[in-house]
Amino acid sequence: MLELNELSRANLESCVHCGFCLEVCPTYGELGIEDDSARGRLHLIRSLAAGTLEPVPKVLEHLDLCLDCRACESSCPSGVKYGVIIEDARAQLEEGRKRSFWDIRVRRFFMRGVFPRPARLRRLARGLRMVQKLKLDRAAVKLGLVRGRTAAMAAAARVPDRFGSDVLPDFVPARGARRATVAFVEGCVGDVMFGPTNIATVRVLAANGCDVKIPAAQTCCGGLAYHFGDLEQARRQARQNIDAFLAADVDYIIVNAAGCGSTLKEYPRLLAEDAAYAGKAKEFAAKVRDVSEYLATIEPAAPAHPLPLKVAYQDACHLAHGQGIRLQPRKVLSLIPGIELVNLPQSETCCGSAGVYNIVQPEMADALLRKKMSNIAASGAQVVAVANAGCMMQLRLGVRQYGPEVEVVHIVDLLDRAYGAEPAGGRN
Amino acid sequence: MDDKQMARELRAIVGDRFVLTDPSELRPYECDGNTIFKKLPRAVVLPGSTEEVARVVRLLAKNGIPFIPRGAGTGLSSGVVPTDGEVMIGLARMTRLLEVDLRNHRAVVEAGHTNLKLTQTVQDKGFYYAPDPSSQPACTIGGNVAENAGGAHCLKYGVTTNHVLGVTLVTWDGEILHLGGKALDSPGYDLVGLMVGSEGTMGIVTEVTVRLLRKPQGFKTVMALFDSVSQASDAVSGVIAAGMLPGALEIMDKNAIIAVERGPFRVGYPEGQEAVLLIDVDGLSVGLNSQAEAILKICREAGCTEVRVARTPEERGRWWANRKCAFGAAGKLAPNYAVQDGVIPRSKLTEVLAQVYAIGRKYDLTIANVFHAGDGNLHPLICYDEKVPGMVEKVLKAGSEILAACARAGGTISGEHGIGIEKMADMNEVFTPDDLAAQQAVHDVLDPRGLCNPGKIFPAAAVRV
Repeated sequence: MLELNELSRANLESCVHCGFCLEVCPTYGELGIEDDSARGRLHLIRSLAAGTLEPVPKVLEHLDLCLDCRACESSCPSGVKYGVIIEDARAQLEEGRKRSFWDIRVRRFFMRGVFPRPARLRRLARGLRMVQKLKLDRAAVKLGLVRGRTAAMAAAARVPDRFGSDVLPDFVPARGARRATVAFVEGCVGDVMFGPTNIATVRVLAANGCDVKIPAAQTCCGGLAYHFGDLEQARRQARQNIDAFLAADVDYIIVNAAGCGSTLKEYPRLLAEDAAYAGKAKEFAAKVRDVSEYLATIEPAAPAHPLPLKVAYQDACHLAHGQGIRLQPRKVLSLIPGIELVNLPQSETCCGSAGVYNIVQPEMADALLRKKMSNIAASGAQVVAVANAGCMMQLRLGVRQYGPEVEVVHIVDLLDRAYGAEPAGGRN
Repeated sequence: MDDKQMARELRAIVGDRFVLTDPSELRPYECDGNTIFKKLPRAVVLPGSTEEVARVVRLLAKNGIPFIPRGAGTGLSSGVVPTDGEVMIGLARMTRLLEVDLRNHRAVVEAGHTNLKLTQTVQDKGFYYAPDPSSQPACTIGGNVAENAGGAHCLKYGVTTNHVLGVTLVTWDGEILHLGGKALDSPGYDLVGLMVGSEGTMGIVTEVTVRLLRKPQGFKTVMALFDSVSQASDAVSGVIAAGMLPGALEIMDKNAIIAVERGPFRVGYPEGQEAVLLIDVDGLSVGLNSQAEAILKICREAGCTEVRVARTPEERGRWWANRKCAFGAAGKLAPNYAVQDGVIPRSKLTEVLAQVYAIGRKYDLTIANVFHAGDGNLHPLICYDEKVPGMVEKVLKAGSEILAACARAGGTISGEHGIGIEKMADMNEVFTPDDLAAQQAVHDVLDPRGLCNPGKIFPAAAVRV
């Protein structure tokens, strides 16, 4: 029997089965199967918790297919925190779950051995970069060793020449009058795959009067481990980050990835039962701001360089649904002279990236990506602005596989350009 | 035909993924938006086209297997809950918008197309689909046809039947019929009218031709707060008596206000507020201001404590989003709710509501009222916790007493949610056995072997199962 924690039980009790969450659920939209909707999954979880249903493989498949995008939360009249419930259920079910030896090994390796270990992650990324430089990846495709989607993903995921951490020092002073002292969250994959975006973010913050500290002791937010039900590991990383960032003694902790920001803000929940850290987690979370959330609260420096572009903004699930941040990124974009913000239909629907979802559920991720790309094409945008590393990677894959010819960049990359930066850090 | 063979043949029609037979997978299909009545179907099949529906039905009919059409499962009368081994035919994959003909104000949708999405598609061109049940973000137009769904704005614009001009019907034995068409009235018997509200007991509607309306040139939305529901009801009567026909006249009582204000779509109504009245007037911009003025005056005369007109479309949107979330927000009061759908003459609002509250006290149940005051369509939400032994029986009794009170006041037992399983027994409150036999005779012509959603609507069916 599934033993849910108190918080998820309380949330489940608030669900009265109205079905408002059906239409916004991306997997239900794709399949039309109630088991693959938010309401259907809650019904399954409720039955598991009541002991009237066994966690048979068929049931787990439907729970696994959930993106955890939390679009359902935005539509719920009772304010049910679906994410709380599905994450708890997954963690509890993971314990009794039979997974293959290799499945467990690979998961452990990445969750515990790579993402939280920057040095090892960088070594791996350097290796991948070398492979890409020597065009061994293309050779592998040509030889048919790598095929189809994996090949496309590898081609879309170019490791840039420099990691953020190669360039960024521990401290970058404010340009002009100092407004605030902030700490910057580098992220794990963000650092190695989107170094230029990290550099741009720090530059934008400094240009807006922020002393920026980049604590060396920080680590991956733990979101991936959290969503896979490895709470022990997620908690370890949370504690490390709390120590690192609280020691930096800053006004705000700024993050440029929606998924990481959402996890960082959830540390109080993750560590609620940790007597030593529960209080610190609240103090920490209260300081966390998404970069656009922060910029929207200050009067940002006016960008001098117009960017005459049609731009569509793709809402990151963990920004729009996870943190309720919708207007701020648009406000930041509208600061830039020349930009015409065009409407992107279904901008709040997941692109299929969802952490490592596109790797573990390739078929569904691909279906959602295809739909997303056709909406982007319909929008007439030249540039798609995003607010999350995962979305960026997925949409670039989409451009490669399905067109249209659009540039996919982070909001701060655009702002940085409008402040006059050449794409100096190198394009991502 | 055994289960295995049936599944095999169904899969051959719709594809492997879209046939569910494992009892664990059928679980989410055991109920609709009403969670009192639950039962697993024998299987769920999700066809992708009218042709597939017809083939599925032919297969089932040939083998004498009863079936139930299901849209999004947001219904509130357990109209899609199995009674005994039915196969569920889900239309949630049939979501296509087949045709939009703006010059003639028509659209053709597949049955699984959701209500609000149609409006969203045509609103930029200045059109909308008028029936607006509160579940409109999720409910399907096919389901709306089955239940003859209403909504807040049906006071002025009518219910689903006033907006459906034609349907494609898969008959009980799998024949495809096209009834009605794009004309406002087709010659011969009004078979489309017969289908609307038939709750899936006369075949399966797979495509619907609907009217689209021009978006009104302007809106004025008035929100008035009252110290009692009866004062709010007086204001409603006053507005109607003054000869106005607002788009909507909606009241929420204290408990309903508590629920919506605890949810994420709060407006900020004062705590402990006894009643809120929302009034929408729409139409040509000319004259809207004077109507709004007249309404403000009527509300003040009825004793409101605060009244004002929405200042922006966003504010109007917030007021309506809050109102339309009232059912779903019942989760903020208790883990379960059962909603009644009684209709009464508008003049009896205060009197019948007093009885509703008395029934709540008698059974010690929290009842939140949110209702289409202009139509006299009550929605008492009986809040409860199904885990408490004996609670469900109590809720059912209270519900039936409320409907009996509505019938006694010269009203009826359902305005827009349908009879389903939930209100079968209550049919006896408003129909004589002869009435029911006549309706049954009509039904039997279209479903001679009782395969189409059996065990619904007719109280005798309750005995039959």
